[in-house]
Amino acid sequence: MKISMLLGFSALLLTGFSFFCAAQGKPANTEPASIYAELDKAPPKYRAKINPMVKEKDAVPAGKVLFEEHCEECHGENALGTKKAPSLRAPEVQTAPPGSVFWILTNGVVRKGMPVWSKLPEPQRWQLVTYVQSLGAAEAPDSKTPVKP
Amino acid sequence: MHSSCVCQFSRLFLVALFTLLGSSFLRAQENPYIVAYDHNLEEPGNLEIEYFSTFGTQRGRPDFHAFWSEFEYGATAWWTTEFYLDGQTTFGDSTVYGGFRWENRVRPLKNEHWINPVLYAEFEDINAGDKILKEVVGHDAESDFLVPNAEARREKLREAEFKLILSSNYKGWNFTENTIAEKNLTNAPWEFGYALGASRPLTLKGAAQKCNFCLQHFIAGVEMYGGLGDRYHFGLHDTSQYLAPGLVWNLPSGWTFRIEPTFGLNDTSHQFLLRWGASYEISGFGQKVSQMFKGKHE
Repeated sequence: MKISMLLGFSALLLTGFSFFCAAQGKPANTEPASIYAELDKAPPKYRAKINPMVKEKDAVPAGKVLFEEHCEECHGENALGTKKAPSLRAPEVQTAPPGSVFWILTNGVVRKGMPVWSKLPEPQRWQLVTYVQSLGAAEAPDSKTPVKP
Repeated sequence: MHSSCVCQFSRLFLVALFTLLGSSFLRAQENPYIVAYDHNLEEPGNLEIEYFSTFGTQRGRPDFHAFWSEFEYGATAWWTTEFYLDGQTTFGDSTVYGGFRWENRVRPLKNEHWINPVLYAEFEDINAGDKILKEVVGHDAESDFLVPNAEARREKLREAEFKLILSSNYKGWNFTENTIAEKNLTNAPWEFGYALGASRPLTLKGAAQKCNFCLQHFIAGVEMYGGLGDRYHFGLHDTSQYLAPGLVWNLPSGWTFRIEPTFGLNDTSHQFLLRWGASYEISGFGQKVSQMFKGKHE
């Protein structure tokens, strides 16, 4: 019984700690440089990858559907960012090699809260990259620094 | 009668919870496994509420219906914690509460690799009436379920379970291998087991329009699991083994439905189990809870 109570108490503590961890997500738009620097970490093999979906006419609408289902909750409507995740309309993302964006999507930025999306099949990840990079650069609503077109 | 009350209660609970939170959904992309785990963790801050059932045939005693609820929370992008409540009805006998389980899965490597390890630790406070068969270890056998509920529920089992999950995604396929070690916290030997799984979406490309019945939302797979004996008698002798083809339907509304007919592969296994489940993912649950206590609104 004592073991059970001890473990129950530990469970409560750890659950509380997990909520604390979840609540620590800082507004993503305040540190754009460090966040977008993750794109530069993509290995050369990925950076050199050619987007196989770029010529498919359905890639953008399919990517939009996927974005609304999986990404919009954190990255916001039209990918302009929210407090949970940065804007994907920043020039760093829009001008990045498609392979770098694909690499981020595949690996996530786990220590900074971006989950791994390797569970989506590769063609769907490329459809997402195609959609995101079709949006063009735009200024995030609460961004203080103007974004170059 | 009792299990229908449990179902009604679960439904009411879900409705109340969703209303309270003004829930927003996030479409899950779940694999069809019910026993095996892959390396995909819950998205951070999301809560997935799951209900599962197992209808099991039983030789020498009436058949049974075991059921459990899971509350799976993404604490961080590398740590998922989950709480289970389970019970079972043995037809012609009674319905009993099986106990609770608390599990944690941690992803030690930050990037995706050819093989992705996940470390799993679970504490179970259950009784011998528990029949959910969430894992099969040691010399678990169909004959373990011959004990009447009134007697079985009196036997308490407090167990620690550890798994090494090795999972890979390759060309749309997921392959996973789980090695299980379980220890009854009283003086009992370590027991071992395994689970293997393979799955693939029915199509790999996303559709250009929103749709419920597009093939991309269906993932078919198969899992195989069973015991590997214990510390003193390691191997397949006197163990039970199962093979289970399964299908999962990940709806864009956030609901996920699974079905998995399961076949026993030897004489010590249940001959047939039918397992199914439904789950709903609430995104941003952690943030909503923290806002509730801070009194802030977005």
